[in-house]
Amino acid sequence: MIALPSSLNANLVIGIALLVMLLVVAGAIVRTRSLLAAIILFSIYSLVSAVWLVVMDAADVAFTEAVIGAGVSTIVLLGAILLTRGEVEKPGWRALVAPALVCAGVGGLLIYAAAGLPALGDPASPANAHVGRAYLEAAPKEIGAPNIVTAVLASYRGFDTLGETAVIFAAGIGVALMLGFGPHASPLPPAATIGDHHVVLRVSAKFLIPLIALFALYVQFHGDLGAGGGFQAGVIMAAAIILHALVFGLRDTMMAVPPRLVRSIAALGVLLYAGVGVACMLNGGAFLDYDYLFPPAFEKQVPGWLLGDPEHAHHWGQHFGILLIELGVLLTVAATMLTIFYGFAGRTVEAIRQERGA
Amino acid sequence: MTDMLSLIGGVCVVAGTALSLIGAAGLLRFPDVYTRIHAASITDTGGASLVLLGLCLIAGLSLTALKLAFVWFSIMLTTPVAANALANAAFGSGHRPRIGAFQIMRTDERRKTSRGTEAP
Amino acid sequence: MLLAAGAAGLLVAMTITIARAIMGPSHYDRILAVNSFGTKTVLLLSVIGFVFGRPAFLDIAIIYAPINFVTTIALMKFFRYRSLAQPLGLSAGEETLDD
Repeated sequence: MIALPSSLNANLVIGIALLVMLLVVAGAIVRTRSLLAAIILFSIYSLVSAVWLVVMDAADVAFTEAVIGAGVSTIVLLGAILLTRGEVEKPGWRALVAPALVCAGVGGLLIYAAAGLPALGDPASPANAHVGRAYLEAAPKEIGAPNIVTAVLASYRGFDTLGETAVIFAAGIGVALMLGFGPHASPLPPAATIGDHHVVLRVSAKFLIPLIALFALYVQFHGDLGAGGGFQAGVIMAAAIILHALVFGLRDTMMAVPPRLVRSIAALGVLLYAGVGVACMLNGGAFLDYDYLFPPAFEKQVPGWLLGDPEHAHHWGQHFGILLIELGVLLTVAATMLTIFYGFAGRTVEAIRQERGA
Repeated sequence: MTDMLSLIGGVCVVAGTALSLIGAAGLLRFPDVYTRIHAASITDTGGASLVLLGLCLIAGLSLTALKLAFVWFSIMLTTPVAANALANAAFGSGHRPRIGAFQIMRTDERRKTSRGTEAP
Repeated sequence: MLLAAGAAGLLVAMTITIARAIMGPSHYDRILAVNSFGTKTVLLLSVIGFVFGRPAFLDIAIIYAPINFVTTIALMKFFRYRSLAQPLGLSAGEETLDD
């Protein structure tokens, strides 16, 4: 993106202010001995970096950072704290020497390397000159998706994204394996909290949960046009269900969205993604070559008015391919986030005690 | 006409920002959790309303204005509820206001909680 | 110009909020600071979208407001009850699914 000269100064000033904030928050995270305070500060850190990414015009990345960094990872970290202590003791200075040397070395190397980076938005830089430029020029013709990021992510680099989806799936399986598959004890509110009501929260949560799910769908289907897509939408969808679990209790949520179903959905997402690729192969194309998603005989039947513009009728396969794999990503990411949340949140003291007793 | 609207919108944005700043000052300076919640939540909703109204005036009737209305809607829905839940939780976990009626009733607990940084 | 002033003011407000988040003293102060910081972030995202002439940034602001709420509730619940699993306390008249 070419920054307008008038906005360049604002860009620079806001960027510097945000980076100073980042430094201050990072310093505070290092200094604090309370892990709980560190989690809260991490949330702020993610927020600041999300705004900074927006200022750098990386809207898709900023989206992911805001949703995952400040949203779900905070909740997962809280779940992890449940299994450990909330404080760390101050280490002696001897223990700090080696890490400090490594940090200083790596930091110095990075600063040295940063001096050799091309300028921001330099059209002659290697990243922009060769394959990047080719994508920029070819994508509107070949893919037809207005958001180039989505075109590259879902179509040109569809195989890489399949790999990422599989990695997320594997992470979910790893957490489930470590923390247990079975249903955990989901305690009722202790008698002491019965009078301690949260009526306002419960009523408004009932209203908010469908709204958040609706936002998730908006992000999902808006990914072609602007920032967004399956990854972000999946996390937002998981956040809606997590809100339900937070307010109405994990047991009620597990009744509504059973863990077994969630794990199946996670696998189904990867299957859908890979299945699209195989369908393309069966129709004579390469793996994940969406132009071959539908058989040519079928493609000819499609009336041009479906996409409005007759010239773009051949993007039909691309559109549906991207839609389908984004759906697969949505399913996998949402289900994996939920599996992780179920694993951590269900791992209560009572559950561990019951398991040992049994 | 459009210039006039933009000007009014800009003034609204600055006014909303000023409210946010006042709220932040309150967040920094007020003596206990409850007064801070009071300062932050009221000015957040008020400031957000003014800022988003100002941006709406600048955007005119368009999809952008609709999106701004959505932002306003979700802020108005979430911020007060979060403040309520937070005050509820803080009170439930033993924080007592440092000013007001409860101070007289619960001085023993106040002494306990105002010294330690952790909730009991 | 006015918008840039607004963005600058929001940045200052965010800085003050960070100070409260670092100072504490109780965790509820920190949660409050995060929540307030999130709201200000939403506003800043909206305003800089207009400053840079890219209203598409609003999509992030739309999503961020409810996500901020979920985070705040999670933090609140964790510090109040030391659990993410149990339902929030019921008022006297409400019933659970048990019956």
